[in-house]
Amino acid sequence: MTRVLAVLEARDGRLRAVSNEIVTAARALADALGGTVEALVCAADEVVDASSVGVYGADTVGVLTHQAFARYSPDGFGEALAARAASSRAVVFAATATGRDLAPRVAARLERSLATEVTEVGVDGSAVTATRPVYAGKAHALVKLTGEPALLSVRPGVFTPREDARPGTLSIEPVTLSAAPRVVVREVKAPPSAQLDVAEASIVVSGGRGLQDPSNFAMLERLAAALGRDAAVGASRAVVDAGWRPHAEQVGQTGKTVSPQLYFAVGISGAVQHLAGMRTAKVIVAINKDRDAPIFKIADYGIVGDLFEIVPRLTEELEKIAAS
Amino acid sequence: MKIAVCVKRTPDTEARIKVGADGISIDPTAVKFVMNPYDEFAVEEALQLKERAGGGEIVVVSLGGDAAKDTIRAALAMGADRGILLQTDTTLADGLPVAKAIAETLEGESCDLVLFGKLAVDDGNGQVGPMVGEILGLATVTAVGQLDIDESHGTAEREIEGGVEVVEFPLPAVLTTEKGLNEPRYPALKGIMAAKKKPIEVKPVTLAPAACEIVQLTLPPQRAGGRIVGDGVDAVPELVRLLREEAKAL
Ligand SMILES: Cc1cc2nc3c(=O)[nH]c(=O)nc-3n(C[C@H](O)[C@H](O)[C@H](O)COP(=O)(O)OP(=O)(O)OC[C@H]3O[C@@H](n4cnc5c(N)ncnc54)[C@H](O)[C@@H]3O)c2cc1C
Ligand SMILES: Nc1ncnc2c1ncn2[C@@H]1O[C@H](COP(=O)(O)O)[C@@H](O)[C@H]1O
Repeated sequence: MTRVLAVLEARDGRLRAVSNEIVTAARALADALGGTVEALVCAADEVVDASSVGVYGADTVGVLTHQAFARYSPDGFGEALAARAASSRAVVFAATATGRDLAPRVAARLERSLATEVTEVGVDGSAVTATRPVYAGKAHALVKLTGEPALLSVRPGVFTPREDARPGTLSIEPVTLSAAPRVVVREVKAPPSAQLDVAEASIVVSGGRGLQDPSNFAMLERLAAALGRDAAVGASRAVVDAGWRPHAEQVGQTGKTVSPQLYFAVGISGAVQHLAGMRTAKVIVAINKDRDAPIFKIADYGIVGDLFEIVPRLTEELEKIAAS
Repeated sequence: MKIAVCVKRTPDTEARIKVGADGISIDPTAVKFVMNPYDEFAVEEALQLKERAGGGEIVVVSLGGDAAKDTIRAALAMGADRGILLQTDTTLADGLPVAKAIAETLEGESCDLVLFGKLAVDDGNGQVGPMVGEILGLATVTAVGQLDIDESHGTAEREIEGGVEVVEFPLPAVLTTEKGLNEPRYPALKGIMAAKKKPIEVKPVTLAPAACEIVQLTLPPQRAGGRIVGDGVDAVPELVRLLREEAKAL
């Protein structure tokens, strides 16, 4: 039987939302190959909502348990998953902080090639194909993976979860490791406020040097709040380098790549390195006082003017809508 | 402490990308090439570790054509000690054969640390570092944003969604570097002169066949963008209307 593995992610005993996207991509691939989707997740014990991915097309869900798996264990996850992946046709990871670390390890253990940051999957004859951004998104490569299993990691935010219900039959499978993991995640420090990560938010409101002072980002936080629970604040490198905002919020070539439904660039000029991180957003809005700012060339909607007047007014309008 | 740093020659991030006549690679004419930006963090970290330890050796490794020597020289100018060019004219989109060739060379170097950038900005793979780590069977930590090292152990921080992982590992180890780890130095004139005399060993390599191949390279569809809704606050209601009714994004 042709099996496509979907490597899910969990934190604190629950699946992370990106798991639904991983299963959606794996389902598409399994349908093209005529196979089943076997979802796997590494955890210390229970993952309470593990079987919920059945809704998106997982035939089975295996929870691989080990006491070392309370947090991410690079060596442990790598060994456990490589053992399971060897006999599969394809393996789908997410290009998240964990998946980016894990997928190449599994690939090297299996001596198989890997396509990362994939935005489309397909099958051509007997080969798995994938589309992925190269040159920081300035070009797209269609690649052909000839080995078995074919390994890929999908970019978060691209594979919108699609319902296609399968049983999602759950099994708990204790794992034994050949050696104690050498690399150990001792703790996870959460940022002061556990906001939504820009890479995973469906709406991103980013600010640049045009904000003029770090305290003015409060204005963007209020705009994000008015846009709802799935909105996060992002930043250009100029303001991150100036120490106004944390690196975790930086969007662009040396920051995060985001593909939200809606992206606001406020007081951001639109340097190529910034565009590299957000050009795949579905809808882009730019607010800038310089009519010639390059950001307007890729924005779907632009307003030319002073952000200090426009942002509060926009926030007000959105709050009015939310209240009605 | 002996440290190897792997550096790749990549197009400058400002470069305009055009698809070449073969349809599967870029047209390199008029493209300026530089050291992959993430690899600068790796070189800088190696230099700082050596300075702190008061001694050691830094070996720079690059796989590529003869032009990759320039990239090695750039690292030598920053202060690294010697270079190894793994010479091949094959350029691959597949990270595994590259990782295998680099691992084979590093095997003979027995380093305390091997540093990589977290990602090459041309192929955007983000895989060679951890693959080399696995092939060599060394403790590996990726996307390191902060690092503390003593003789036999290290502690690294890596950013994850909504937090920071604090990771402990033994040496020898393979690490990949993230922006924010340090501020790469500019080579001084003295360094540039000194680099000319530092040795670069040239080792021809044959890469294993690729199993992830580009079959088509295209430029992304131009965004239709460029629509100015209006000027100043008066344009706000129209923007909101368009976002709701036309884009259905609210
Ligand atoms: C190797 C490399 C990697 C890089 N990586 C990144 C990256 O990951 N992310 C990134 O963002 N950058 C990156 N950069 C930097 C990039 O080149 C730009 O310098 C940076 O994006 C500029 O930030 P900015 O748009 O906030 O500032 P600026 O370019 O200074 O733009 C500020 C904008 O604000 C507007 N403005 C000012 N006042 C107002 C007002 N009152 N109302 C409305 N508009 C106003 C101005 O018209 C201007 O357009 C990188 C550069 C290099 C060389
Ligand atoms: N041809 C190469 N020569 C030397 N180092 C490389 C090469 N390709 C990749 N690397 C290293 O591996 C890192 C990740 O590259 P990649 O997996 O291609 O994104 C880079 O930042 C370099 O440190």
